[in-house]
Amino acid sequence: MARELTGAEIIIKALMEQGVEHIFGYPGGAVLPIYDEIFKQNHFEHILVRHEQGALHAAEGYARSTGKVGVALVTSGPGATNAVTGLTDAMLDSIPLVCITGQVPTALIGLDAFQEADIVGITRPCTKHNYLVKSVDDLAKVIHEAFYIARSGRPGPVVIDIPKDIQFASGPYQSPAKIGHPTYRPQLKGDQNDIRRAVDMIAAAKKPVFYTGGGVINSGTAASTLLRELVKITDFPITSTLMGLGAFPASDKHWLGMLGMHGTYEANLAMHDCDLMINIGARFDDRITGRIDAFSPDSTKIHIDIDKSSINKTVNVDLPIIGDVAHVLEDLLGVWKDKKPKRDTKALAAWWRQIEEWRGIKCLNYKPDHEHIMPQYAIERLYELTKDKDTYITTEVGQHQMWAAQYYHFEEPNRFMTSGGLGTMGYGLPAAVGVQIAHPDALVIDIGGDGSVQMTMQEMATAVQYGAPIKIFILNNSYLGMVRQWQELLHEERYSHSYSEAMPDFVKLAEAYGGVGFKVEKPDELDDAIREMIAVDKPVLFDCRVQKLANCFPMIPSGEAHNNMLLGDSDDIGSAIGSKGKMLV
Amino acid sequence: MTSPQQPVGSAYFLTDSKEKEETHTLSILVDNEPGVLARVIGLISGRGYNIDSLTVSEISHQKHISRITIVTVGTPRVIEQITHQLERLIPVHRVYDLTKGGAHVERELALVKVQGKGDARLEALRLAEAFKATVADASTEHFVFQITGRPGKIDQFISLMKPLGLANVARTGIAALSRGADQV
Ligand SMILES: Cc1ncc(C[n+]2csc(CCOP(=O)(O)OP(=O)(O)O)c2C)c(N)n1
Repeated sequence: MARELTGAEIIIKALMEQGVEHIFGYPGGAVLPIYDEIFKQNHFEHILVRHEQGALHAAEGYARSTGKVGVALVTSGPGATNAVTGLTDAMLDSIPLVCITGQVPTALIGLDAFQEADIVGITRPCTKHNYLVKSVDDLAKVIHEAFYIARSGRPGPVVIDIPKDIQFASGPYQSPAKIGHPTYRPQLKGDQNDIRRAVDMIAAAKKPVFYTGGGVINSGTAASTLLRELVKITDFPITSTLMGLGAFPASDKHWLGMLGMHGTYEANLAMHDCDLMINIGARFDDRITGRIDAFSPDSTKIHIDIDKSSINKTVNVDLPIIGDVAHVLEDLLGVWKDKKPKRDTKALAAWWRQIEEWRGIKCLNYKPDHEHIMPQYAIERLYELTKDKDTYITTEVGQHQMWAAQYYHFEEPNRFMTSGGLGTMGYGLPAAVGVQIAHPDALVIDIGGDGSVQMTMQEMATAVQYGAPIKIFILNNSYLGMVRQWQELLHEERYSHSYSEAMPDFVKLAEAYGGVGFKVEKPDELDDAIREMIAVDKPVLFDCRVQKLANCFPMIPSGEAHNNMLLGDSDDIGSAIGSKGKMLV
Repeated sequence: MTSPQQPVGSAYFLTDSKEKEETHTLSILVDNEPGVLARVIGLISGRGYNIDSLTVSEISHQKHISRITIVTVGTPRVIEQITHQLERLIPVHRVYDLTKGGAHVERELALVKVQGKGDARLEALRLAEAFKATVADASTEHFVFQITGRPGKIDQFISLMKPLGLANVARTGIAALSRGADQV
């Protein structure tokens, strides 16, 4: 029989066997035995964050930019509760994470011991699964199972709560023998009959549109390759959610831009007017559908999703196909190549003419300003000056996030990391740290807002400590801009608590952390400053002072249909949202 | 481009569903591990679904499998969602919608306490006999009847006891199995 290991040793060995190279964490009493083992090993690197929320977002950025499981380690009680936002974020965006939390010794559980929190109870609704390990004999198996659950099927965060006595106790180690689980069996292959039906529907379509989402990216790079092939073969237009950006190249002529609340005119009108919608790995989120009873009223809908509960959740579909995107697309392309169906090229040509007409509106145009930096212009310049580099973009949440999605163009999957489902301000900076740790030589930029970056600014210290030269590109408008925009739209410009009276000097702040600061106020200074920023091999805070009152357009006001978009400031935006719409968010 | 008008729908689906609500009995086979009931109940309350009745007990000691039987009310779309959401839980083996599956047997047990003297007391005992309820406890001033059967029968019995001095009721909730020889 193999030598018994302590719980802490088992944890290290299991992480090692899972191929973990980096973990993001923060120590405390309930995880000291684990930290002691980390001290003694050199299989993986531990990144010390400055707040547990940062550890989780860093692990998310790491996971999203690599396709691997992100790993976080936090202590019991406050360490674990600080992780909850990151777990929820990963849950809503289907990001594979394993988070190990320390727990008070088994004998003290339930006694309100020092730094005790019922973290299994607290995280039950915001994890894909969670465990409280009560016997060291189960520990290895639980860790391997947690990794399997986190990365397979629809990915998500898994918490393993490990009481301190279990970390000290000795028990047997078990390798990740066979993958599989008695009750958890994600369905990868789609139903072949349904796939054949889908091919027939696709071939017959006159006004089709591909509506793709984060599922394509989660399915792996093969899915993006297959998606490109499918679009090429069918010659159909394609749009994507925020989560799916990059799965299909933005430079391709079939690309309509992002859809949804701040999506392009052509994408949203194509969604509204299409006769066949092919949803690939997206979930009919409310930011996408807008007013549900007016959502794409005349279309037949195909929905490819690995999660059965996404089917008919908000929008009824005609042909659901449960399966992994790459598996389903591979089969679908196989059937297509066998059948060689004839498409209605005449109808498709007319559909493309219509789309070109919508494109002609040029919905992303904005009024140029020679005095002030328009935020859209800032992203455009950032894009132009970084597009030929090995660039990864993360964002915070707000107007800048939407401008990043609209004006930064992505050619490859896993290059754009943003908090879509939860909309977590403070996500982008720590996520950038995680991305940079995974890709030390890449250019990693967090497109941020002045409000958001202050929520997790402390991770600048992490970036400095680990030599992660992340670039925090702040569109500084002194406002909580997205809140201000909604107050302009909904509350007659009563800007209640959306203006920051006190703004830190970001240049000094950067220097205080040991990074480099830039401040730019004039459009003609921008390019040089961006070039300098790129050249700096240290973490950067880039204070880009932008036009303070710019709004993010186009916009589907809440409660409205896709074909009722606000295009720009010339529209009377104060009256665009009716009384019922004001109740919505 | 804009036509400022009163929106009638909602980004958050405030539209009233025109679908009719139905009552469904779900039978859920789960690994009997700590917290599994909390997962099931938490999911149902967290997503705003209803529970009319809930029973749970281990049915296979060797395999550590429990059956949770839930009676829930919702539109067909909501019921489908509940089923699929429950199936997503890792320790859930399968969810059977017995109502959708067709004929099934539902039984419940109730303890019904009735206080009274004289004619009312006699009448209560007579009715209990007619309903095949048994006397689980009695004094000169009360009975505790034990009744089993379909939930409708128990409802009826309880309402008949009301004017006869009904004092308290305890019900187990529904246990259910499909009819026929299949596995459910
Ligand atoms: C943690 C958190 N708190 C509050 C919000 C609500 N919220 C959404 S956008 C926004 C303003 C963001 O301001 P800023 O980061 O400056 O970006 P801007 O919109 O100005 O580009 C707020 C407060 C949120 N999304 N996340």
